[in-house]
Amino acid sequence: MSSSPTASSAGAPQSGSRRGLLALAIFAALLPLALPNAYTYEIAILVGINAITCVGLNLLIGYAGQISLGHAGFFGLGAYGSAILASRYGWPPLLSLPVSTVLVGALAWLVGRPILRLRGHYLAMGTLGLGVIVSIVLATEDRITGGPDGMAVPPLKVFSYAIGGEKTWYWIIAAAVVLAVWLAQNLIESPRGRAMRALHGSEVAASAVGIDAARHKLHVFVLSALFAAAAGGLTAHYSGFITPSKSSFVHSIELVTMVVFGGMASTFGAVVGAAVLTTLPQVLTTLKEYEMVTLGAVMMLTMIVMPQGLVPTLEKAIAAARRKPV
Amino acid sequence: MLAQYLLAGLTVGAIYALVALGFAIIYNASNVINFAQGEFVMIGGMASAGFVEAGLGLPLAALLAIGCATLVGILLEKFAVERARGASVVTLIIITIGASILLRGLATLVWDKKIHPLPGFSGEQPIVFAGATLLPQVVWVIGVSALAVALVWWFFNRTLTGKAMLAVSHNRLAARLAGISVRRVLLTSFALSAALGALAGILIAPISFTSWDVGIMLGLKGFAAAILGGLGSGPGAVAGGLVLGIVESLGAGYLSSAYKDVFAFLIILAALVFLPDGLFGRRAAERV
Repeated sequence: MSSSPTASSAGAPQSGSRRGLLALAIFAALLPLALPNAYTYEIAILVGINAITCVGLNLLIGYAGQISLGHAGFFGLGAYGSAILASRYGWPPLLSLPVSTVLVGALAWLVGRPILRLRGHYLAMGTLGLGVIVSIVLATEDRITGGPDGMAVPPLKVFSYAIGGEKTWYWIIAAAVVLAVWLAQNLIESPRGRAMRALHGSEVAASAVGIDAARHKLHVFVLSALFAAAAGGLTAHYSGFITPSKSSFVHSIELVTMVVFGGMASTFGAVVGAAVLTTLPQVLTTLKEYEMVTLGAVMMLTMIVMPQGLVPTLEKAIAAARRKPV
Repeated sequence: MLAQYLLAGLTVGAIYALVALGFAIIYNASNVINFAQGEFVMIGGMASAGFVEAGLGLPLAALLAIGCATLVGILLEKFAVERARGASVVTLIIITIGASILLRGLATLVWDKKIHPLPGFSGEQPIVFAGATLLPQVVWVIGVSALAVALVWWFFNRTLTGKAMLAVSHNRLAARLAGISVRRVLLTSFALSAALGALAGILIAPISFTSWDVGIMLGLKGFAAAILGGLGSGPGAVAGGLVLGIVESLGAGYLSSAYKDVFAFLIILAALVFLPDGLFGRRAAERV
């Protein structure tokens, strides 16, 4: 078992990640200057939403070493939960969103206990099964969810003032991304985060030094589900309409691909992965019928050439260049 | 009614079994879960439908389709999986998923996004048997699948190549020391799995039609069946496929057809929780 590529364990992680967070905040603050129209704002918002989910998923996959091929299920449940509470029961979205997120977290806690006993490909199958079941239930219970055609979602309201427009939403999502990254960084650098990374190396070895493997796995699983559910709820109220495709296996795969593409065990990698793989299909639509072929080929090539993902590979290249003075 | 449901379950179960066997063969040789397995099924169905539409006879079309899929399997191993040796499990999963998207995209380019029929191997006249009516194609599916499974068993237990592949799955290094070419074993495993997948796709196409996206669900079900039986176990994969097909069919028949796929995955989850290593899997200890 090779050691996990956690660059932050060496050097001065504290200051490095603080600088990264600051850079991210500045980037998010300046980005609107480069966004010419509503369409580009929309893509930026989509990137942000995926980034929130991926930062959470990366804690599970990249740091704790547990795969999930069903996270779109949590995303979808978070979205539908808030949508149903708000539209069918008339809850204010400002309340339905956190309540739905917490409910999804509770569900993750319940299913996580038996599921997380599984390992490797069996865990992949278990989470995949959960995701598929959620997706089918959302598509079939059409009296509550509107079925495969989806349902309308009331907009987010603060004191009877409805939040609309791409620009306002951009700032909400940007703030949420920075918050998500800050939370993830804090967790990774805490003793709890160290325990989590130990699990990635070897569960048996981690248990041998007194780490409660089952408890730590469950906690990070629930946390990643909370991130996904919150992102789902935000999407629902932002776009005003949701369909079960948001909870599909394909979307789960997209999320995992973003994490792996950006670089596992790198929070900024997750953000970069979300940014690249959310924007790429928008660019590829100009290729029309060649879109799928290109997407598949890009996924394969990058993973073959950079099995550790984009950000860790770049970090290594930069570090190597610094060591070798020209 | 029960006989009808069981028969329907056995038919899809046989298809799942072939796909699951493909998963098991590749997993044994390379420890890779090939998420593009479902696309071999799609290629089998689409290519044979394409060749038939081009005017070829069904047997020739089927053979050519299996040939196409086998070639794709070999290319996938040579240009993707082999180059990514030593990558992590998740990275390999993403590579094979990328391959499946690529293959689906190619299918829409080579053929189209329409649904294609394939004629039944011996007509569409239903047969009445033991109180159940069945299409002759059902007999073909079950018969040919059983034959294919028997051939795979014979290959792994009675031929030198097959035994070499088993040796690699037990201990790669020891196999290499005994003079077995691991590279050739990997290639053979992908070729064999692709051929089995394509065969499944051709067999089922006259019953459920075929299109560019049939591989997604069939691949997932095949993976589920392989897991149910215990990853890497050949008999397990076949048993898992049949169990899955029958559970699905009974669930759809007696409970709710909308939740057909849910039953399949619920049984998988239940099996995983109570038998974390599958029906036939062996418990493996982690090396520290």
